[in-house]
Amino acid sequence: MADTVVDELETFRAETREWLEANCPPSMRTPMKDDEIVWGGTREKFKNPEAKVWLERMAERGWTAPQWPKKYGGGGLTARQDRVLQEEMRRIRARAPLFSFGLWMFGPALLEFGNEEQKLRFLPDIVHGRTRWCQGYSEPGAGSDLAGLQTRCEDKGDHYLINGQKVWTSYADKADWIFCLVRTDTSVKHEGISFILFDMTSPGVEARPILLISGESPFCETFFTDVKVPKDQLVGEVNGGWKIAKRLLQFERSSISAAGFGGTGGSGILSPEDYAKQTIGTDEEGRILDGDLRARIADHKMYAKAFSLTVARQTEQAKAGQAVSHTASILKYGAAKMNQDRWELTIEALGSEGLGWAGDGFDKGGLKCTRQWLRSKGNSIEGGTSEINLNVISKRVLGLKDHQ
Amino acid sequence: MTFLLTEDQEMLRDTAMAFARDELPVTHLRDLRDSGANGKDAATRQKLAELGFFGVIVPEEPGGETFGLVGLGQILEAQGRTLAATPLLQTALIAASALQMGGSPAQQAEWLPKIAAGEVTFALALDEAAHFSPLSIATEAETNGQGYTINGEKRFVPDGHHADMLIVVARTFGEPGDRHGLSLFLVPANAKGVSVQELETVDSHGAAHITLTDVVVKGDALLGAADQGADILEPLLDRAAIGQAAEMLGSAQAAFDMTLEYLNNRKQFGQLIGSFQSLQHRAAKMFTELEMTRSCVAAALAAADSGKSDVAELASLAKARASELAHLVSNECVQMHGGIGMTDVADPGLYMKRARVQEAMYGSASWHRDRYARLNGY
Repeated sequence: MADTVVDELETFRAETREWLEANCPPSMRTPMKDDEIVWGGTREKFKNPEAKVWLERMAERGWTAPQWPKKYGGGGLTARQDRVLQEEMRRIRARAPLFSFGLWMFGPALLEFGNEEQKLRFLPDIVHGRTRWCQGYSEPGAGSDLAGLQTRCEDKGDHYLINGQKVWTSYADKADWIFCLVRTDTSVKHEGISFILFDMTSPGVEARPILLISGESPFCETFFTDVKVPKDQLVGEVNGGWKIAKRLLQFERSSISAAGFGGTGGSGILSPEDYAKQTIGTDEEGRILDGDLRARIADHKMYAKAFSLTVARQTEQAKAGQAVSHTASILKYGAAKMNQDRWELTIEALGSEGLGWAGDGFDKGGLKCTRQWLRSKGNSIEGGTSEINLNVISKRVLGLKDHQ
Repeated sequence: MTFLLTEDQEMLRDTAMAFARDELPVTHLRDLRDSGANGKDAATRQKLAELGFFGVIVPEEPGGETFGLVGLGQILEAQGRTLAATPLLQTALIAASALQMGGSPAQQAEWLPKIAAGEVTFALALDEAAHFSPLSIATEAETNGQGYTINGEKRFVPDGHHADMLIVVARTFGEPGDRHGLSLFLVPANAKGVSVQELETVDSHGAAHITLTDVVVKGDALLGAADQGADILEPLLDRAAIGQAAEMLGSAQAAFDMTLEYLNNRKQFGQLIGSFQSLQHRAAKMFTELEMTRSCVAAALAAADSGKSDVAELASLAKARASELAHLVSNECVQMHGGIGMTDVADPGLYMKRARVQEAMYGSASWHRDRYARLNGY
């Protein structure tokens, strides 16, 4: 790097540090609490008032979407400046101001495929957390075979008319808008799909939460009955949606794998090895007494370390302009295995304390672990099953042929 | 940058890959085996010396720049691809590192230039039983007024059947198992009292049992401080494990590539067998493991060069994962080749045989898993 670039970057770092010090509220520098995550949108209640202040201040600078262009509300930062910003945020342990499918998935896709008017209309509301988006992809008959989707979208001259059903729509009951895959041509498969946006309060839209084995309802069944959608809300070309859908899936898989499925699992939760030390005990050298469990925990921790080193390697290679194609599938596959192993080991280490459902008789952290364990079973299903990811790796990366 | 090579390292890698491909193909190992050479290969040693591969981590001037362990790792990976039997791990990595970490200025001045020039080869004489256990040393070195007298038995010494010099790990104090009391000695392989029993190993690289009977060495044969040998030995074995992992990465990659090519060519039921999903998924899982292990090896090599405090942890990570990878891929390579994989004429068996030797060297997967857990406080 030229010296002037380094100097500019250091100036940026100093300014950023000063601004964060002055503007990040105290409680936003503590570990995130499960019920204080801000997803934005019109239904956001901001349980912690400082979370609202923090979001507003960050969004004002476009720093919820640091690398998006300024004209769409983003921060207009270079990749290097963004890295500095992330480093400085980590330094003071600042919470992410906004969790958002708009930021992680839809926004990046719209930047690539949307027209100017659409970008100006939708992106600033994502940056500010004013609109919460959900993803209308899977259908009862189109899970792994996503392109088999049947939700119809008919051209009615001055508008589109949508009829059909989506499923596994994350937080559809809390979202303001949906980005949705619809069928605009029934005579072909992939080439008959379009990518369309609409308001979840439109007449004919209904979202019903699905109760999962974990007792939670993060997903919905979503029904569309004669939903009218203005024509300027179709992104890209009619029947050209599959390309956008796939690109967005890459963003989704990267964001899932980068986050490693939900990070710590929440406050008050220990690692498998720490639970095992507590519940099983250690020998005079501090080793977990159950040698078999100890070895399996070590194996898992090594897998997790190898995973994070692989994420770091790919980031470094991408920055250097080296090809890292199709690595998203490797990471998605690995992230699911890693997280599922982690929660299996956690409840195994907890013993009976990890098998509670509710109430005061169980350790609070342990109860959370039980739910996380159950929830993690979806990791190898959502966002592309592990089997589909293995298909993608074997065909697109390894070049193995289809069955004739 | 942790994972990217410098331009010089990139060129070194290219040279090493081309050399392994052109001069040391798997058929070369086959020829050595069939001629009874048992891994002894003076001609290759000469070529490696001409390429400068022995001196990759030895600076021309003290304190000067080198390609580092990252550079040497590229060469080891390249030779791993073709299962080449070379003295590089023992001499260019282990001996050069031992001298750099523990050698006196006089020892360094005497040996490092000769190592770099390929004029002398070394072997680390460590193990005394069938499993890696670096503190379980019973070989004794007693002071004799002017130096030391060494007695003991070293078993399964890699390169012990052809090295010019030995680095003998002996006990000058305490009991087998004690960390304190180990010392390292530089002993000529032809010294009086050293007897070498050559071993034919399953990988055709060979090895040796070495018996030391009243071997007398002078005081200047001591490498590092007496009784404090573990302070050198432990980081030395970390570097050895990392180097071994780099070699294994190359072997696993080559076995995987060979398997993939077979999947893309062999037909049964009128189909390429690579179109069967059960094989596709196993191939994809192997590829995922390969990529993740590659990250571990690269991180460990880089950490060794930058002297970071997590070298030990990364060494165990790299060696454990490389061992599991080599085990998995070599087995799958035989299985997916079907009957041909069971034949001597095909290469999968050679990769599997070599993998088991690599897995055992400098700590098996389970040894390093245990250590990883200990290092992390459980």
